[in-house]
Order: sequence, then C-alpha cells, then structure tokens
Amino acid sequence: MKTPQPLLEMRGLEKRFELDQGFLETIKLRGGKIVQEKRAVHAVNNISLQVAPGEALCVVGESGCGKSTVARLIAGLLTPSAGEIHYDGQRIDNRSRRAMMPLRKKMQMIFQNPYASLNPRMTIQQALEEPVRYHNPALSRSDVRDKVAEVMRAVGIDPSWATRYPHEFSGGQRQRIAIARALTVDPEFIIADEPISALDVSIQAQVLNLMLEAKDQRGLTYLFITHDLSVVQHFGTKVAVLYLGSVCELADTATLFENPKHPYTRALLSAVPQLKDDHPNHIRLRGEIPTPINLPPGCPFESRCAHANSRCAPNNPAPCNSLMARSPHAMRLKKGAWTAKPRTGGTE
Amino acid sequence: MAYSFRRNPVAIVSLTVFALIAVLSFCAPLIAPFDPYDPGQIDIMNSEYPPLWVNGADAQFMLGTDDQGRDLWSTILYGTRLSLLIGICAVALQAFLGISIGLIAGYVGGRIDSLLMRLADIQLSFSTLMVAIIFLAVTQAMFGSETFNQYAVYFLIAVIGVAEWPQYARTVRATVLAEKKKEYVDSARVLGFGPGRIMVRHILPNSLTPIFVISTVQVANAIISEASLSFLGLGMPPSQPSLGSLISSGFDYIFSGSWRITAIPGIVLVVLVLVINLLGDWLRDALNPKLYKG
Repeated sequence: MKTPQPLLEMRGLEKRFELDQGFLETIKLRGGKIVQEKRAVHAVNNISLQVAPGEALCVVGESGCGKSTVARLIAGLLTPSAGEIHYDGQRIDNRSRRAMMPLRKKMQMIFQNPYASLNPRMTIQQALEEPVRYHNPALSRSDVRDKVAEVMRAVGIDPSWATRYPHEFSGGQRQRIAIARALTVDPEFIIADEPISALDVSIQAQVLNLMLEAKDQRGLTYLFITHDLSVVQHFGTKVAVLYLGSVCELADTATLFENPKHPYTRALLSAVPQLKDDHPNHIRLRGEIPTPINLPPGCPFESRCAHANSRCAPNNPAPCNSLMARSPHAMRLKKGAWTAKPRTGGTE
Repeated sequence: MAYSFRRNPVAIVSLTVFALIAVLSFCAPLIAPFDPYDPGQIDIMNSEYPPLWVNGADAQFMLGTDDQGRDLWSTILYGTRLSLLIGICAVALQAFLGISIGLIAGYVGGRIDSLLMRLADIQLSFSTLMVAIIFLAVTQAMFGSETFNQYAVYFLIAVIGVAEWPQYARTVRATVLAEKKKEYVDSARVLGFGPGRIMVRHILPNSLTPIFVISTVQVANAIISEASLSFLGLGMPPSQPSLGSLISSGFDYIFSGSWRITAIPGIVLVVLVLVINLLGDWLRDALNPKLYKG
C-alpha cells in the first residue's frame, strides 16, 4: 500500500510547561550551593505522527500522558516548545493568528465537556451563526440561516430549537450542537478531544455514530483522543498509544488489538473489562508513572517494564511500528523474548 | 429573579423609594415651584423660613428656605437630580475604564496584566477623596473659580470616574481569569475569532453578574464622594447646589436654629444611598444561584 501525502504531520513535537516562572523561583539551594535551575513538565516528548486523509487516528493513553496537549498543540491553542506541525504540506505551528485564518475553516476541534464548550449566554442560533458569518462575510442573511439549519439537521437537532440556550439541552444534545458548530465552517479535519467521555454511556454510541456518519458524508479526517479502548476499536483506523508524553506504539487498529507489541499496550489491552472472563488475567504494572518533571533519558516505560534490561535506560526506543523494526522493543520481540507470557498479576 | 424580588419586602420598598426619588428629581423642572438656579426668583428676605409644620412658616415654601431665600424643596429636587446624574455618569466612566482594563489584563495576561494591575494597586493606594481633592483644588486654581464652577459637573464626573476604576478592573479581571479557562473560549479561538471579539462577545457577557452588583454599590459611593467634595467646597458651586453643597451651605446655621437646612437634604442623601445599597444587596443575592432560597 502506498502511503499518500499525509494531511497532518507532526515532526518531533515537544511541549514543556515551565514550572518555575520568574527569576526568583528558579533559584534553589542544592547541597549548600545556590544554583539556578528551571523545572519543566515534559507533557509531550518527541512525537512524530502522520494522519492520512480519510483516516481516523486514535490517540489513547492514561490520564496525564499528554493526549489533550497533543490535540491543543495541533489546534494552535498551545505553541510547541520544539518540533513542527505540518498541515497539507505547510508548516502551521509558527503562524500568526491571521495567517492561521484560512486553516481555521479546514481544521476544527470538538471538546471534552459539552457543558463548558458552548457559550451559556448565546442561543444555539447565535452560536452557530457566528462562525458562518465570521468566515464567510459575503453570505446573505438567508444563506447563513440555511447553512445553520443544514448543520443542525445533520446532527439531528431540530432547527426550530435554535432560539434556545445551551442549558435547555441535555449533554448529548449539547455535544451534537458542539459538533454542528465545528461543522458550520465545512472543515476537512477534526480534532476530537475525548468528545464522549463526559457523556452517559447510552448517549456515547449516538454521538460516536454521528461522528462516523459525518466522516462518511463529508469526507472528514479525525484525530480522536480517547482513553476508551472499545471506542478505538469501533472508530479508529490507526491507533497511537501514548505513555508519559511519548508514542510507545503506533499501528493499524486491527493489528494493534490482535497483536500488541509494546508491553505497555499489552497491559492496557488486558485491562479492558470483558464479559466473558470471570478471572481476568490483568497484566499488573509495577509501581507508579514517573513524574513528567525533568524526565530521565531513556525509555520512559523502563521503570515499569517487565522486560527492561540494560539497553533500555540510555537510549529512548522508537515506537513499535512495523516500519521501525529496529527499535529495541521490536528487536527483542523478534528474538522471541516476548513470546513468553509476560509477567501477570499475582493472586486475584 | 422577578420571583425573588416579589418575595423580598426590603427590595420592593427600596426600589419604590429609589424610583420615587429618581422620578421626582428628574422631573424637577416640572414639579419644583421655584427654579433655584435663577437668581431672579430668589429673594434674600425669604431666607430661613421653617417648614410648613412649624410656626412662622410661609405657605409658599413647603420645606422652608435656606440662608439665601431659596425654596428648600425645589433645591433638593434639583440637587438630587445633579447628585444622581454625577453618580451615574461617574460610574459609567468607571465601568468603561475598569471593564476594558480588566478584560485586557485578564485575557492577555503576562506582562500587560502585571503592569495594569500594579497601576490599579497604585491607584487604590491613594484614597479617592485625596485624589479628588488634589485634582479639583489644582483645576480650581488653574482655571479660576468662574470657569471651574461652569464645568464643575464634568470635573466631578471625571475625577470620581477615574479615581475608582480599579474596583471594576480587579473584579472583571478575576472573572475573566475564571471564564478564560472554559472550553467555549478555546472553541472560539479554534474558530479563529480575534481576541477583541472573544473578549467582548464571549467573555464579557459571562462576567456581567459581578459588574451589576458592584455598579450599584459604586453609584452610592460616587454620590457620597460627590457630596463630600461639594461639602468641602470643591464640588458644585453654591449657585448650582447638589445635595452635598446644600448640606454644606446649611452647616453654618446648624447651631442657630436653622439646622433643618442641613438636616433635610442630609436625610434625602442618606435615604438615597441606603436604598441603592439595599438594592445592590438584593441584586447580589438574586444573581448568586448558590444563595438561592426557595
């Protein structure tokens, strides 16, 4: 299969959040000496991902692993500390707001919490009209109204409800309105930051199906952030597993679920609750996630990995990926080191 | 909100009294039997008549007259109008300055925020009256009493307006900082809206509640500031008395039997400020869902 030119490409993306702001906070006492030292949270470390047109790349990982930071970096809500983001072949991470304008019509974002992502003082009509007008100042009043009615129908919200305020809707309806708002500018790429995690389970499927429908009808490409692996199986064409700000495995959805390569992915998959199994065979990870402040060099998973050896500490292995078969993880996999059953939980 | 209003007798009485005072004073030229600004209608021989219910009153003058022979009732009506006008305009100026500065400081953040907030701190460390006294005394000396008296209203509005903006700026900044973190602001940024649009159309409407509440308190404060300045002789000239200058003009007679020249406008001032503050209290409770009492 030839890979087409990626719609979105991240190259060595990094984001650090400074913990010590201001000069005085950087001064510390170390072993009787006063030193100047800046601590930073390494939220995203050297991530390189590609999203091809029509794909739905799911980014999974536990809380605090940098999923949302990746989404916000791409959306331009944060500026990367290092690395580049390219959209359609053009670099976008260093553009001014004005230069980003044409891109705003192509790339939209759906947020996690539908209770916060709609302005409570704007009616649905106002909230949906505003972006249409802003991006197409030439449109006539009736055209704007038609567009709003069209997207509302597309997400299954009756256009006659447009005069209501967001608080008059349920969470699922609000999330559909938020999706409608993103669709008003006819985007081709949508970043969805855990769009269903704040919703009732009964509503999740509805919203998910709506997003899949929009994908088919409008030819959308998704970057879908989630921590729900069953959603990934349903939604994604490709999965990137994040651990502590680094990609630890990147694979097609089917491949990843059938044959997870990275020990962390295996542990993650084994943690998905299953109905058929009374005695779940969870892979228990030892210890805690290391703090993302001033990460040590080497594999971030080394401290918890059942297969760690001396090679893991100094050099950070590249993500497990069939193309990158030279990474230490994959190397050992080839040698059959992981074919043995990984360390499992003790008594359960 | 209408429900909480109907359930609150204090609010009903306050609003009624405030509306009464406001309507009467703004209709002053229609209601008042005399025009206190017209020297032709003032006769010094009429000075210091007591109110109607006291022996020796003149039927023309319902609340009696002041030391210059002005009808106290008419003067209070005109003076209240002036006080309210100065109070509301000064608060409008405060609100404009404070809201713009607070929005910018809160939304932009960083150095601009620090700079503007330190400015506000400096401004707050001077008391309003001190700033006003210095400013008004200097302008009075600069332009001469004649010109100053002519433009006293504008000077008062400007000085009270400028002296108190940090109250607004701080409150607005605090609410903006809370609103800025919400996802609807991020969503507006992803849609490419400019900072001006986001501040005015998205954040400001969601920060209005505390602005309403401080506005009521600030109107009362501004009326008091104006009265104090006029009392000190730095505000409205005696020829165009506001409540404060009226109180001050009667102050010389407080021990000579004519104490009512000070007392009556004083009562009007206290009642006016009290009802505005009570209304502000009610508004604060009514707009705060956490204090909702069924």
